Amino acid sequence: MAERFTKSMARNIYLGGSTFFILLFLVLTFDTQSRAMPERDNRDKLTEQVVRGKHVWENNNCVGCHSLMGEGAYFAPELANVFDRRGVGDSDIFKAYMNAWMNAMPTNVPGRRQMPQFNLTDQEINDLSSFLEWTSKIDDNGWPPNIEG
Amino acid sequence: MKYQSQRVAMPYFIFALILFAGQIVFGLILGMQYVVGDFLFPEIPFNVARMVHTNLLIVWLLFGFMGATYYLVPEEAQTELYSPLLAWILFWVFAVAGTLTILGYLFVDYATLADITMNKLLPTMGREFLEQPTITKIGMALVFAGFLFNIIMTALKGRKTVVNIVLITGLIGLTVLWLFSFYNPSNLTTDKYFWWFVVHLWVEGVWELIMGAILAYVLIKITGVDREVIEKWLYVIIAMALITGIIGTGHHFFWIGPPEYWLWLGSVFSALEPLPFFMMVLFAFTMINRRKRNHPNKVAALWAMGTAVMAFLGAGVWGFLHTLAPINYYTHGTQLTAAHGHMAFYGAYVMIVLTIISYAMPIMRGRPYGNSNTAQVVEMWGFWLMTISMVFITLFLTGAGILQIWLQRIPESGEALSFMATQDNIAIFYWARMIAGCFFMAGLVVYFGSFFIKGQASFDEEVHSGPALQDA
Repeated sequence: MAERFTKSMARNIYLGGSTFFILLFLVLTFDTQSRAMPERDNRDKLTEQVVRGKHVWENNNCVGCHSLMGEGAYFAPELANVFDRRGVGDSDIFKAYMNAWMNAMPTNVPGRRQMPQFNLTDQEINDLSSFLEWTSKIDDNGWPPNIEG
Repeated sequence: MKYQSQRVAMPYFIFALILFAGQIVFGLILGMQYVVGDFLFPEIPFNVARMVHTNLLIVWLLFGFMGATYYLVPEEAQTELYSPLLAWILFWVFAVAGTLTILGYLFVDYATLADITMNKLLPTMGREFLEQPTITKIGMALVFAGFLFNIIMTALKGRKTVVNIVLITGLIGLTVLWLFSFYNPSNLTTDKYFWWFVVHLWVEGVWELIMGAILAYVLIKITGVDREVIEKWLYVIIAMALITGIIGTGHHFFWIGPPEYWLWLGSVFSALEPLPFFMMVLFAFTMINRRKRNHPNKVAALWAMGTAVMAFLGAGVWGFLHTLAPINYYTHGTQLTAAHGHMAFYGAYVMIVLTIISYAMPIMRGRPYGNSNTAQVVEMWGFWLMTISMVFITLFLTGAGILQIWLQRIPESGEALSFMATQDNIAIFYWARMIAGCFFMAGLVVYFGSFFIKGQASFDEEVHSGPALQDA
């Protein structure tokens, strides 16, 4: 670096640049959270049951194998759109599917990836289903590209 | 070593390396489960092994950062550590809490673990990388706070160097951002948004300050280049890191609910995120080319150049590959993400910790000029075996990812293969990755072996034409 470019100039770029972008990030966060998100995450449909379902999701570490909106582990299928894939967009069909699926685990097919038996109650399975249904309706800019997730 | 209290870094480094070994063992288990699905099922389900693998990584890197800090801050400040006793107490608190948490993952069913640690009172568990019980998270916050107090008190009573200021700024950021791990709103989109305040703003934000400071310190020591020059580089690098990385958080906001303007902001700013890493490559190589002394610890210089190059490839190039929104639409959450994650963490954070260990451990063991030539050669073998293996792990996961995207993501609904059918089709890449993983493990064993070779580098007057080693 040329001698004209001094250490104090470098420090000022660091301090000025980082301060500016921290402030900009805070402004954008405020806009995202207060103005944009309420219209995109259908929070008016965020019922008690959905909240309980999120706890079932978390307490069993589902994200340790699955991804949800593309985040998590990549060992098992994406579940943000499983309501559309397996429930064909119908709450009752989806709940019936979930009940059958959760109770059939693990398959114990030799050599295949196994999903543990979590011993969820019917209530917990219904809560989890509601959570996944609500999640499937978040406006996420049209992701994933197709039904397979 | 100028100050006795620097020695408290030693247990931190040793424990970090032990956890590193554990991380790799669980990495191999995960690799096997990718190809033999029911491997170790139901004793160690995939989610448990993955939690252990990623949490061990985070915890051992934190141990490494803390060891680096305890080692270099007193020397930079030219004073003894404020309280070596506090550093020892926090070491045991963190080591015991960390070990108990990992044992909890392995021997207690996760839902039961959530129950007995009273997750209900303040639910924070069950989110990727933040799986720790709330009580562990609180313990970590207290350890960070006590550590910061000790370090800040040390720095304040001595010389204020740029390396210390940047390092401590990074550590304050690390501690403050950790507090977001306690925020778990019931709205998933809000939860995810602020989850990234820990995850992204750590690894693509404040951790880069920590990495830059450690790299600058080691370069000052081994090259003897004027501090003014190195500090100027450091400021430019961290300026680029924060200017690009903060708004660059937007590349995680594409598909989790936030509005469309993040598609533009995230793409543009994160496309610039390779810049600070590219500057680190120029920095390391320029300083070593302009060195005023030939430090006999050659392998430390190798690690310093290696971390810059691999961080640039892993975080910079592999990050850029899939960061633009139109591309990320297809690649998000595939094996390409895993490829990037592996090389970025190894290059930037594993290797910077191994750099400072390579420089500082011999000194703490009474070998001021570094380990013997034999030990250094063995350590270099460890370096190349681990690094080349990681390159192959990354390439194989990249192959898996590209094929996965081709089969599962690009075709229309109805024509695309299902997730599981796709996995069967890309199994060959997982087998290849597994083999590369075994070579990585071999490299780690060789690396560990280098610590047990006796003797030290000899002091050669001829190579010390520059300032004396102890003066930097």
